[in-house]
Amino acid sequence: MKQRWTDYAILIIAAFALWQAAWYLAGSEALTPPIETVRRLGVLMEGARFWEHARASGVAFAFASILALVGGLVLGIAIGANPVAHEILTPILSTLYSIPKIMLYPVILLVFGLGLSARVAFGAMHGFFPVALFAIGAIRNIAPVLLRTGRVMRLSRLDTVRSILLPAALPEIVTGLRVGFSATFLGTLMGEMFASSEGLGFMLIRAMDIHNVPDIMALTLLAFVIATTANIFILAVEERIHSHGA
Amino acid sequence: MKHPALWRLAIVAGAVLLIEFLCRIGIIDRVTMVPPSEMVVALVRMSVGAPWFWPDAWSTFRNIGVATFLSIVPGFLIGLIIHALPRLRAVLNPVFLSYYSVPTFVFYPLLIVIFGINSASLIVMGAMFGIVAMVSATLVAIDRIPRVYGKVARVIRLSPWQTALRIQLPAATPHLMTGIRLAVTYSVIGVIAGEFIIATAGLGRRLTLAYNDFDTATMYGLILLIFIGAAIVNIVLQRLEGRIHKRWYRA
Amino acid sequence: MTGSGVSDAHIHVSLKGVTRVYPADSGHGEVHALGPIDLNIRRGEFFGVVGPSGCGKSTLLETLAGLVRPTAGTGTFEGKEIRGDVPDGIGVVFQEDASFPWLTVERNVEFGLRRAGVDSAEIARRVDHAVDLMGLNAFRRAYPSQLSGGMRQRVCIARTLVTRPRLILLDEPFGALDQQTRLLMGEELLRLWRDTGATVVLITHSLDEAAMLSDRVAVMSSRPGRFIAILETHWPRDRDSRVVSDPAFGQLTSRLWTLLRDESRKALSTE
Repeated sequence: MKQRWTDYAILIIAAFALWQAAWYLAGSEALTPPIETVRRLGVLMEGARFWEHARASGVAFAFASILALVGGLVLGIAIGANPVAHEILTPILSTLYSIPKIMLYPVILLVFGLGLSARVAFGAMHGFFPVALFAIGAIRNIAPVLLRTGRVMRLSRLDTVRSILLPAALPEIVTGLRVGFSATFLGTLMGEMFASSEGLGFMLIRAMDIHNVPDIMALTLLAFVIATTANIFILAVEERIHSHGA
Repeated sequence: MKHPALWRLAIVAGAVLLIEFLCRIGIIDRVTMVPPSEMVVALVRMSVGAPWFWPDAWSTFRNIGVATFLSIVPGFLIGLIIHALPRLRAVLNPVFLSYYSVPTFVFYPLLIVIFGINSASLIVMGAMFGIVAMVSATLVAIDRIPRVYGKVARVIRLSPWQTALRIQLPAATPHLMTGIRLAVTYSVIGVIAGEFIIATAGLGRRLTLAYNDFDTATMYGLILLIFIGAAIVNIVLQRLEGRIHKRWYRA
Repeated sequence: MTGSGVSDAHIHVSLKGVTRVYPADSGHGEVHALGPIDLNIRRGEFFGVVGPSGCGKSTLLETLAGLVRPTAGTGTFEGKEIRGDVPDGIGVVFQEDASFPWLTVERNVEFGLRRAGVDSAEIARRVDHAVDLMGLNAFRRAYPSQLSGGMRQRVCIARTLVTRPRLILLDEPFGALDQQTRLLMGEELLRLWRDTGATVVLITHSLDEAAMLSDRVAVMSSRPGRFIAILETHWPRDRDSRVVSDPAFGQLTSRLWTLLRDESRKALSTE
């Protein structure tokens, strides 16, 4: 345990050092050094506009997450529980996952127009697939003996799902939620970059357009911190579940 | 289940026909989407008639190819090195876990400053995206080599080189194949995303141009092309992986 | 307590004062796994080793093979000291399935001769012989994933045989198999032993198996494993599984269990 914190510290220090070194080499046209970036982020976060954008992002992200997670889980469990559906549909899902969804942003725009629904659609689209695919994997990996036990105990369909299927599949499903969460976050950000006039992604693309390096780096750092913190948190939950269950 | 592939084909064909139908009767209006048949026509037309088509297609294809190569080979080698240094692996672990959660594409403008507005930036973007998947897969692949194989190698008195080539590499193949598939997938996404964001060259750029010109036919034609291309690559790699799995693991 | 009246000329492999201690790790303290062990194995004999789980049987075998260096003491094979490398002339069949899933049965068996510097005609001859001996003729082109566990172990044994080892070490090779298959595989092992004239050392947790197959059976204590006793079975060389109906067999196994019972309980309570 102690080693883990030491490792984190080493990683952060090394990252900062590399960052600083990269700035020495590449110059202020390309990068902003660490301390300045943090400072710039602080300045940004003092502005009221920032928090308007942050709120807009938050709203979009929340909707997208709900859609992606619920939709992904429902479809994933439905397909996973049905061997025929799994054999036919899972490869299709898998292939769809590998398509560069960014090329669909014009389509999203045409369908939803500029605004909240476009951003939500983009985010949800990204998060849906990993959640579904991991859920399918989780269910397929359940040891058959567990399901047989359910039949022996004469459980109803719903009961089987509730008391055997879900607990057994939970660890892998949570992993899928974590990956899906990250994907939704990225998708929402990207959606804001192309399909929006508000949100953190919009701030980012604006900074990118005028090549405002300090802002680009500050916003990227913010996104990085948000994503990583969420990741670490969900990972901790995952580890708890893994040690209890599988 | 006989011939699941045929069922899949039927489902996809059914979906396409449904969209065609909805477009033709006007439920989906032309401004939003053109019928699939017209997408195909537009694609064929541009492949024959548009002067920019083959150069841009080649640019995208080549950049993806190089990016993939740079993901796989250095990714594999880096994986080998990290595996040999457990402490380094422990320190880097959070990076592997979080890498695909963070918006690496924001570094794209910065890459332009370093490499310029050209293919090199796109290739680096693709490689940056794919390489971590390969490194992770390599680490897992080596982890999963059964320890007894090493003992067998010593009993047969193989040299370290022979052990690596004749036992460890084949033993790692299934997971490496997964890594390769992921590296290819992410390289494709990285390059295409780069073409969108930086708009230097390639099919991605053409797509944004078509969109800006309200040329929905061309736009959808290109989407169709990229879609089919990525799908074919993915299906082929999945098949390969499946073949290996079938030979190796009990049915 | 070691083998009685064994003249030096007939000793094939021996261990003197061999101890193996695993150093302290981040997870646990120092583990005294084995020894001290003194052991003289005669050329051409079938030597069985039984003991409770965790007593260091596998470590013993790996020390004999040269896969593991003892912390103290020396091992000698054919008069030469075993130093860190596996000496030429030793074959090992492991507990885990070591067949290579990417090769056919044929190629798996052939793999044993990779380093041998033997010409291809001779390779083909030896592979044919080993495949035939292990009853794998019908499966030459099959992949291990298509075979049962028992068949896969046969592939591993065949792969060991092609190198014409003078000493064959087997670490619970039939562990994953059912009882009937074990008995039959035991008979095959005896046949192999007679055909090849090799010295065989078999580690097993099955008292029946050790008693039935071996010329001598060593009983190990719980960890750290040491020899409690070495019993002579006096079976004729051309024995098969029917020795189990010999009254001496019952006496032998009950003697083994008496020696082993307390050690097993000790091992169970420390797990």
